[in-house]
Amino acid sequence: MEAIILQILNGLDKGSAYALIALGLTLIFGTLGVVNFAHGALFMIGAFCAVTLSRILTLSHEVIDPTRVDFLGNPLKVDVPYLYDWFGVETGDMIIDWAVPLSILFAIPVMIGIGVIMERGLIKHFYKRPHADQILVTFGLAIVLQEIIKYFYGANPIPTPAPDAFVGSFDFGVLIGFEANQIIYPYWRLVYFAFACLVIGAVFAFLQFTTFGMVVRAGMADRETVGLLGINIDKRFTIMFGLAAAVAGLAGVMYTPINSPNYHMGMDFLVLSFVVVVVGGMGSLPGAVLAGFLLGILESFASMAQVIDLIPGINQVIIYLVAIIILLTRPRGLMGRKGVMED
Amino acid sequence: MPFTKWEDFMSKSDVTRRGVLRTGAVAGAGLAVPTLFTASSAAAFTNEPTGSSVTLGFNVPQTGPYADEGADELRAYELAVEHLNGGGDGGMMTTFSSKALQGNGILGKKVEYVTGDTQTKSDAARASAKSMIEKDGAVMITGGSSSGVAVAVQALCQEAGIIFMAGLTHSNDTTGKDKRANGFRHFFNSYMSGAALAPVLKNAYGTDRKAYHLTADYNWGYTTEEAVKSSTEAMGWETVNTVLTPLTQTDFSSYIAPVLQSGADVLVLNHYGGNMVNSLTNAVQFGLRDKQVNGKNFEIVVPLYSRLMAKGAGANVKGIFGSTNWHWSLQDEGSKAFVRSFGTKYGFPPSQAAHTCYVQALLYADAVERAGSFNPCAVDEALADFEFDGMGNGPTLYRAEDHQCFKDVLVVKGKENPSSEFDLLEIVEVTPVEQVTYAPDHPQFAGGALGTCNPGA
Amino acid sequence: MFGLNKKDTTLLIIVAALCAFAPFLLNPFPEGSDMAQFNAGYPDLMQRFVIFGIFAIGFNILFGLTGYLSFGHAAFLGVGSYAAVWMFKLLSMNIIPAIILAVVVSGLFALLIGFISLRRSGIYFSILTLAFAQMSFALAYSVLTPITGGETGLQLALDDPRILGISQTAQGNIPVPGLFGMEMRDSFEWAVGSWLFTFNFGYYICALIMLISFYVSIRIFRSPFGMMLRAIKSNQQRLNYTGLNSRPYTLAAFVISGMYAGLAGGLMASMDPLAGAERMFWTASGEVVLMTILGGAGTLIGPILGAGMIKYMENIISKINETILHEWFYWMPDGIEDLLVAMVYPFIGKGWHLTLGIIFMLVVIFLPGGLVEGGQRIANLFRRRKAKKDDTKGTTEPAE
Repeated sequence: MEAIILQILNGLDKGSAYALIALGLTLIFGTLGVVNFAHGALFMIGAFCAVTLSRILTLSHEVIDPTRVDFLGNPLKVDVPYLYDWFGVETGDMIIDWAVPLSILFAIPVMIGIGVIMERGLIKHFYKRPHADQILVTFGLAIVLQEIIKYFYGANPIPTPAPDAFVGSFDFGVLIGFEANQIIYPYWRLVYFAFACLVIGAVFAFLQFTTFGMVVRAGMADRETVGLLGINIDKRFTIMFGLAAAVAGLAGVMYTPINSPNYHMGMDFLVLSFVVVVVGGMGSLPGAVLAGFLLGILESFASMAQVIDLIPGINQVIIYLVAIIILLTRPRGLMGRKGVMED
Repeated sequence: MPFTKWEDFMSKSDVTRRGVLRTGAVAGAGLAVPTLFTASSAAAFTNEPTGSSVTLGFNVPQTGPYADEGADELRAYELAVEHLNGGGDGGMMTTFSSKALQGNGILGKKVEYVTGDTQTKSDAARASAKSMIEKDGAVMITGGSSSGVAVAVQALCQEAGIIFMAGLTHSNDTTGKDKRANGFRHFFNSYMSGAALAPVLKNAYGTDRKAYHLTADYNWGYTTEEAVKSSTEAMGWETVNTVLTPLTQTDFSSYIAPVLQSGADVLVLNHYGGNMVNSLTNAVQFGLRDKQVNGKNFEIVVPLYSRLMAKGAGANVKGIFGSTNWHWSLQDEGSKAFVRSFGTKYGFPPSQAAHTCYVQALLYADAVERAGSFNPCAVDEALADFEFDGMGNGPTLYRAEDHQCFKDVLVVKGKENPSSEFDLLEIVEVTPVEQVTYAPDHPQFAGGALGTCNPGA
Repeated sequence: MFGLNKKDTTLLIIVAALCAFAPFLLNPFPEGSDMAQFNAGYPDLMQRFVIFGIFAIGFNILFGLTGYLSFGHAAFLGVGSYAAVWMFKLLSMNIIPAIILAVVVSGLFALLIGFISLRRSGIYFSILTLAFAQMSFALAYSVLTPITGGETGLQLALDDPRILGISQTAQGNIPVPGLFGMEMRDSFEWAVGSWLFTFNFGYYICALIMLISFYVSIRIFRSPFGMMLRAIKSNQQRLNYTGLNSRPYTLAAFVISGMYAGLAGGLMASMDPLAGAERMFWTASGEVVLMTILGGAGTLIGPILGAGMIKYMENIISKINETILHEWFYWMPDGIEDLLVAMVYPFIGKGWHLTLGIIFMLVVIFLPGGLVEGGQRIANLFRRRKAKKDDTKGTTEPAE
């Protein structure tokens, strides 16, 4: 019982990451019809926004500490962040500690900017081109973005911890009457889950309750007619692209304390996010979110030791197996619209 | 024989003798009439260096997750080449017990090198090694950062008649079931990690412990799990469960969450590279190390540590035991000399991958020098049961039966108060070589055969 | 000739000539010169060019004709390699049975996956094939290790049973793949001045098989079957309304292209007897998609060009290191030398991915039809100039 509750928690947490990435992807892929292989790269850049901000916050000058020596026997140079000089050690430490949450503010404008530039500069010219061309150009872009990050940050993962306040885990079990230490879950992962729900809710509300959202939804359904009505749908699609990039970026920022970011983390998520979007059904935002949570939960269950003992290797293939079963039983995924990317 | 003259320029072999042409010794060859498959080739062995230089192939990961480790290996090789050619301060050549190396290249030939990208994929690594052999005339291939690549390239070198000096490869298989006569490994292996860790863990955590293993689901993971399991069980630990995790897994939460429920009080992470960084980060995130189970503090163990990866895990490594082949803070003369010359040239201390690669390059050069020939079979003979010292690991033996080096193994612990970004690990114990030595037919290394050396051509 | 029209015959002859003279064409620079770095005329890379050419030709039969984008084609290549290596281990080092088994096994595997995946179209089909391939990779890397060798790949060993052949040679080594006494790695070399040309037996076997594959692919493109596949691409719905069941056609195309992939895998194992699971990873499937689009999807020769381009980058550009750059620019004043090296350095060696990404983008932005379109534009340029001078025509089109 404890194990099952724990894996549901896990699944919701994993699922929130999948849903968040898939949401951004489906805005571009499921609705604008652009096969965006650079979406993983956007997620990765979001994560590196957090890395960049924490680098900026820890900009330092060197102070020579004569009492200690470095590995070559010379006096040790200690880096002292400028923040220490300006705000004192305590406040400085606190600001540095909160680098990841602060990065949200930093990442939103950066990601929207990148998204808009990407759409205006590149993707715009590919709306009418075959999907094959879109794949090639966005894949090329993804590689270029990755390599740029690798050039500046190296290939190794870069630790980007959560604020001290969120270190450790929360004992759920005690709350609902189990023994201590049976159902524990890290605070930061709970924060991630809440954050994902918030972002998903915001995106839905934006599309559902604003005039802008209404026009965009109309544009997705029938771009031509909306254009004939004299509405500049292109401009709105640009903004949508920026929004999608921001969602991917935020997913990345908040993910950094969970796993240290590296330059290829986007590629690791790319295939998975496509699977999630397609399982959810092309052109359906709720579908993508639902599929994200569903696959997250199933993956968590498949990784239980008892399940692996029963079916060896199931944890390796569960996502793909589920995708195949769903696509064979429901032709357009969970909630797909007819005629979107079917030919 | 009417074509004797042309035989020098044609050979029936799988490899070219471009070394001849590269160094321009071909002056006046003119237009040769091609003769199909001349009876026997003039070369005694593959890529025999005939000019004034010799080419070595440095095959390291330059793209993909291990690119930084590969870059460090490459730095070490460049340093080794510099030292072999008489440049720099000589590094470990001054402390190496064998004094055959003169600093005038190898056998008087200037050392040149080519580089390639393994991408940490066996296919790409073999393609890159093949181009070094076929196109560049390399007489020895070295490097790599994973056992899959090491085993693949080692088999290729055996087939082509080239010496392979393995880089970072830790799986038992490299000198176990997949060993080859033309391949040599200086790095330690899973068995040694287990054997070295067990006594230290016993001292630190006692003999009454329940261990839970998370293991990367591929060959290296299997051998490491087996090694650690058998050596900890031998001292009284109980293994509660072992769970395999996919190589491509990035988030280990669903594997780590059930650990506490299992009643285990030690978590062993048989992961390397990105897997290790993520699983360790996740485990610490879950607060496992703050918990009390069975009245004891919960502990985490990482059998194979690397400083580069420890850096990726950040503060999470603090206080966590693991083993490593070498660490720059060692105070013997060899290590000090190497750290000095590496640090002076590049500005930071070398990693264990850099160390093993540097040592491998020197050992190869020394073996050639002592054998008086680049012939793989001569090198094989010179390295077999070769005993040496002064290379940072104390007295070391290159065992003839499986081409594995036997030397002290370091048990390390994540440092609580690092003084710099390189100062992440502290040495807890230097496990003497006797404790990690095993018989060549040990069950963990069973299967496969070394075969005989292949000079190719 | 061979039932081809004049244009196709010319194309086939051009490809045949390119294959036959590849050892010269790919080694344009003398040994020891600075430019020798760019020579690609060594056996391994030449073999890879034609093997990936076969893979891409096969992929193009499915994607170029029917428009069905399979994102899991590498699985068939991987299965083919495993089949071939097992044949080497168990039966004989002769490459013929190995290649036959590779083609048959991958054909059956394609039949199974195709039968299931083709129930859906568009992106749903792509994801189904991707899912199957990823499952194959994950299982081959882990739980199937006894069959596939897992991480270290499936290799030959000294104690393989090998019914029709020897377990080890007299010298105590593992025998190498061959064809009736000739070994795949046999080469002979021809030194001309300071040039050195290598003629490798294995390469010519691969090239011959690629020519046959290419010929078959032309025949498929020009056949009524090919027309039917094109009809599926242009409007499957309308085709279905005419009462035709298109599924058998797409399935046939899928299986044929899976067999091509298996053939490529079998050849790969024949040239280098090792099969690794990475061959089935999604990036490998993606690579053949990129090769085809880069060269020009739907054209006959495009995929081969795309395959050559990507493999060239992977094997040649990745090997250029800083030392070589300094050798190139040594004649310049020190400051400028360092500046040039610093400018070029990010794009070569470990930065070869960056160059590849930039090329992808440039090609697709400026040459919507891939490299083939680039060739056509150049050809047109010449033709126009020629037409201005005199009215002779006769330059051949590089592709259909």
